[in-house]
Amino acid sequence: MIFVIWGVIFVLGIWIISTYNGLTSLRWRIQNAWRQIDVQLKRRYDLIPNLIETAKGYMQYEQDTLQKVIEARSQAMTSKGVKEAAEAENVLNQSLAKIFALMENYPELKANKNVLDLQEELTTTENQIAFSRQYYNDLVTQYNTKQQIFPANMLAGFFGFKPSEFFEVAEAEKALPRVNLSLSR
Amino acid sequence: MVVFILFFLFVGAVIDYVYFDAFTPAGAAIPIATIVSLAFAAFTTLTAYYGGSDIILSSLGAEKLDLQIPEHRELHNVVTEMALASGSTMPRIYVIFDPAPNALATGTNEKNAAICVTTGLLTLLDREETQGVVAHEISHIRNEDILLMTLVSILLGGIAILADWGRRGFYSSRTGRRLSSKNPLIFIPLLILIALSPLAARLLAMAVSRQREYLADATAVEYTRNPGGLAQALEKIRDAAMPFHKATRGTAHLFFVNPLRRAVNESSSKLADLLASHPPIARRIRLLYQMAGIPQKFMQASRALAR
Repeated sequence: MIFVIWGVIFVLGIWIISTYNGLTSLRWRIQNAWRQIDVQLKRRYDLIPNLIETAKGYMQYEQDTLQKVIEARSQAMTSKGVKEAAEAENVLNQSLAKIFALMENYPELKANKNVLDLQEELTTTENQIAFSRQYYNDLVTQYNTKQQIFPANMLAGFFGFKPSEFFEVAEAEKALPRVNLSLSR
Repeated sequence: MVVFILFFLFVGAVIDYVYFDAFTPAGAAIPIATIVSLAFAAFTTLTAYYGGSDIILSSLGAEKLDLQIPEHRELHNVVTEMALASGSTMPRIYVIFDPAPNALATGTNEKNAAICVTTGLLTLLDREETQGVVAHEISHIRNEDILLMTLVSILLGGIAILADWGRRGFYSSRTGRRLSSKNPLIFIPLLILIALSPLAARLLAMAVSRQREYLADATAVEYTRNPGGLAQALEKIRDAAMPFHKATRGTAHLFFVNPLRRAVNESSSKLADLLASHPPIARRIRLLYQMAGIPQKFMQASRALAR
């Protein structure tokens, strides 16, 4: 009888330790993933002024749009916390996408080697942001699921683990691009 | 790996039994061949573990990236993206100057892993497709296939040598006399086993390798969220149909697609299932389109229109 009781205590202890350690290590990995996103975002902030400087000379008629990107950038740089940062990033993304679309109208600009290099750098940085965001959100899903399933939810509550925030994508980005197929008359 | 060491032990023990009368009262006190083959196994395993990736990379003539070249910088960027998507550390990157489109990953763990791509692949594929291929290779690193595969390529060589040694002893005259004193029902199957051991080891390795390719394709899609890129890369590489001359049968299973282009890899018969180091490309492409939820015919038609 005494062996059975000891056995139950032992198994319970192992379960508590492994659940606690699993949750703690996930929490640290989430923080690390968030720092990764931060590094990429900073890199993009550094790249944007270079692009604007190069583009300014060619795109005289788009000064407004260029100005908007600069504003969005400084807005994003001062934002704090996951949610606020995500919102500011969305504004910046939209204004940058506009610039890239407008650049199609300037053949000399597109032929400039500096611009090409910058474009590749910005493309990879945007991809890196997207992929680190994806990784971050995957980790958050794992972490939140682990906390909320029975019976681990009792332990998570006891040790004070809280669900993490997702890095959301703006509705505009998620919406499918609309292609106008009607013929112009 | 444990299987391979046991395999060595077993071959050694059989050689002992047949040639040196070990495990019988009249025989030698120490099973010599068992110890020798165990030492040999330990030696090759250690070599494979500590120097395997360097041996493989240098035998393929891989070179470091030159970041001044735009294509190389793009590759560097794509690898960085995929390392982030998988949450792993950045692997070393190499290129092989060869027109055949192919790629491989090697190393023993995440920290010293290396990804190697041919220049042919860089020129043939666009960014999205390269991303799919790189994601596939990163998956091999994340799924810990590289350690397994690097070890397998070194150990396959080791087993071949050992079996060769066992077989040659059979033809010497002294052994013949000794064999007559044993039960033929035991030693004849054992001898056949020795003779077949390289083949058995190869079958084992190939079976593992094929399953790992499917898994890596699936994991790659998890990282890129874009099955189309990888599927198109596979289609382009299949159509290019260029054998990669620097690859040997010992290193074939390391690659993204089978570099040897033997006929068995393309057919999907039962025999091909047993012998090929890679699953048939057609089946890999079909599975990827299934993941995307797009009928394959539709994709092909839409691309034909785009051209």
